[in-house]
Amino acid sequence: MTGYRPFAPGSQPPYAVPSYGSTALRAPHQPPVTVAPTIERAGPQLQLPAHADLSRAHGREALGERIIVAGRVTDDGDRPVAGAMIELWQANAAGRYHHERDTHDAPLDPGFHGAGRVFTDDDGRYRFVTIKPGAYPWRNHANAWRPNHIHFSLFGASWGARLVTQMYFPGDPLLAIDPIFHAVPDAAARARLIAAFDLALTQPEWALGYRFDIVLRGLHATPLATPLGRPQP
Amino acid sequence: MTAVTASQTIGPFWHSLADPALADLTRGVAPDDLAGGVPGSVPGSVPGSVIELSGQVLDGAGAPVSDACVEIWQATPVAAGFVGWGRCATDGSGGFAFRTFAPDTAAPYLAVAILARGLVKPLWTRVYFADTGDALLAALPPARRQTLCAQGEQSRWRWDVRMQGDGETVFLEL
Repeated sequence: MTGYRPFAPGSQPPYAVPSYGSTALRAPHQPPVTVAPTIERAGPQLQLPAHADLSRAHGREALGERIIVAGRVTDDGDRPVAGAMIELWQANAAGRYHHERDTHDAPLDPGFHGAGRVFTDDDGRYRFVTIKPGAYPWRNHANAWRPNHIHFSLFGASWGARLVTQMYFPGDPLLAIDPIFHAVPDAAARARLIAAFDLALTQPEWALGYRFDIVLRGLHATPLATPLGRPQP
Repeated sequence: MTAVTASQTIGPFWHSLADPALADLTRGVAPDDLAGGVPGSVPGSVPGSVIELSGQVLDGAGAPVSDACVEIWQATPVAAGFVGWGRCATDGSGGFAFRTFAPDTAAPYLAVAILARGLVKPLWTRVYFADTGDALLAALPPARRQTLCAQGEQSRWRWDVRMQGDGETVFLEL
């Protein structure tokens, strides 16, 4: 076997999610074609400027509940993923994105832009500071509200390890009725999208800490170099 | 084994990630025939020619998808300073455009991921610039094979992505 290890049953959402209206015209009708990865076995090693403090912008402090988010990125063989680029974006404390197409009637915050970028260390660990995002309405169904969440985009050791996901917060009542969260069939897999409050990560008199660990896909067998690709890190 | 973290949609508000410079993979790198002739400092040069790849992302009703993130990855050419990855946000007509170096003829294709609102996980695919007896293309019926082949020649290529229905692009399970 030289491909990716298969996903655990129910751990990933299907493309078509009837309760999430936007999937209706965007989910493919044909089943995906299984392919032996070739160039996908390698991936970009990206080096862009890090920005690990989202809690201030333009010399101002963001409004809202300051939080520290940290965790570890490993692959599904439990090995740390070092040097992984993590891109972050989120709504402000009032539930509004700094985005021209966000029309939610909530205030923008001049101290908050809502975008960050961090890299994992040799042990796969990352950390950033931000404010807790607010919930916001969306038009998926009557009285639909997204639970508080932070968007994560990750690049791992190979192209097929690419992951875009969302981190949720413990105790959020909106999780029970969110179609995007519930697109993931397996309850345990959904639960792993919810960060854990961590008092040890919390900084006294300053910010609450949340821990969010992430697991990326790994390859069955990793040659030192592929004929078509770059050496694996 | 630990289960891989579940995918979730990139949503409609991801554009803080969308630096237009990321769609030009040749930035800061010169092809061999230009090395030394490009103004400014050039940290590396790449064997081969520059290509432009453009197209449209369309949904199951044939409507342009104006909030998609199109990403490409190519493992070749291997050269100093060439990262091989690019990202382009689709515009109001679903359009995207990349500028990059032609991949080596041994594997004349790019890996592609489409991310968007309404996609709870990426659409994985490839775009080919030639059919050199590739195993994936060979396994597909001709009509479906065509959906992975860019149209054009030499430096300018066109490739549309149909997410659903008639002419649906072949998407992959890696």
